Amino acid sequence: MGRFHRHQDGTDQDHHDDQHCDQGDQDDQGDMSGYQTGPERVVVLERIFGENDRLAAANRSTFDAASVTAINMMSSPGAGKTAILRQTLASLPDTTRVAVIEGDIETSLDAERLAGFGAQIALLNTASGFGGECHLDAPMVASALPRLDLATVDLLFIENVGNLVCPAEFDVGAHHRVMVYSITEGEEKPLKYPVMFRSVELVLVNKLDLLPHLDFDLPLFLRNLASVNPAATVLQVSARSTEGLDLWYEWLVEVGQRNGRAAMLR
Amino acid sequence: MHELSMCESIFEIVDRTAAGRTVTAIHLQVGQLRQVVPDTLTYCWTVVSDQTTLAGSQLVVDTVPVTLRCRDCSSTTTLTDELLLLCTQCDGADVSVTTGEELVLTSLELAEA
Repeated sequence: MGRFHRHQDGTDQDHHDDQHCDQGDQDDQGDMSGYQTGPERVVVLERIFGENDRLAAANRSTFDAASVTAINMMSSPGAGKTAILRQTLASLPDTTRVAVIEGDIETSLDAERLAGFGAQIALLNTASGFGGECHLDAPMVASALPRLDLATVDLLFIENVGNLVCPAEFDVGAHHRVMVYSITEGEEKPLKYPVMFRSVELVLVNKLDLLPHLDFDLPLFLRNLASVNPAATVLQVSARSTEGLDLWYEWLVEVGQRNGRAAMLR
Repeated sequence: MHELSMCESIFEIVDRTAAGRTVTAIHLQVGQLRQVVPDTLTYCWTVVSDQTTLAGSQLVVDTVPVTLRCRDCSSTTTLTDELLLLCTQCDGADVSVTTGEELVLTSLELAEA
């Protein structure tokens, strides 16, 4: 028996009752005798990612104070976050000053792909964590901020580590959460990763140029996406052909202006 | 592997709350929408707590099922196997999640001082 068991009844209120819980532990576990010498139960009720969320709020305040709109970009590996960012850096008007925090487990390859477009780039290698973190969290993003001159930035992209599970769990302090999905990934992905697909307000459906070569059922994907996130804005794009990216740029400019107005009102 | 980050956060909270007393069990509420793999969480806890004052403490996870409330027909759905966020009464997708997103450290069991 491992050091783990689950209560399957889901009746939370009962679990605050020591008597019930201790009894349940004995029944389920059978190896709890060493723990039964008058243990004291201390109620904590603390959110496990509370510290991350506090730091995320601090990051957001930092962005707000500098009138920076921050966008957390997430996707599975290879969906095209960096390719879309590359086109975006090349295409946004000069009046929009851009910075990128580039999350990468081990290398600087993505950061190198984004160099040369006049954007400030801060690389965040996550390998210093326990064997390489698979996501960015608020403290990591905070550690990258001193390397950026936020006073001269309007739009900050936080390019997360490619992963459809963990990044959805961590608020990094961005104002907007966006994901890139590519049509080579299969129609069922929103159903398999509902937490990620639900956590974003915009989905860029990328690699649309490949549609004639694939058996991909786009209407089915869109139905699956709508079933987990009916409110999401969906833009069909190709980073390769640049098809559809104008609407993405318009969305970016619009959310930037909206945040700018909100910052002025504060 | 956000289970590892979870365990690091759990460690920080437990270490601060226990203030040096011996912790025997740590009770968590984890909603099914948090995509936590229980065995991974247990394994990560042994790694994180190993050779610390919390070594040997037990994670007790109370898994909270996903319940939905349909905004169209007002009925309540409890999801069993698949995390399909649809109302089972009317198949509507306009649902709000009532439970299933919890990620809370609810209580600690401390050994006799």
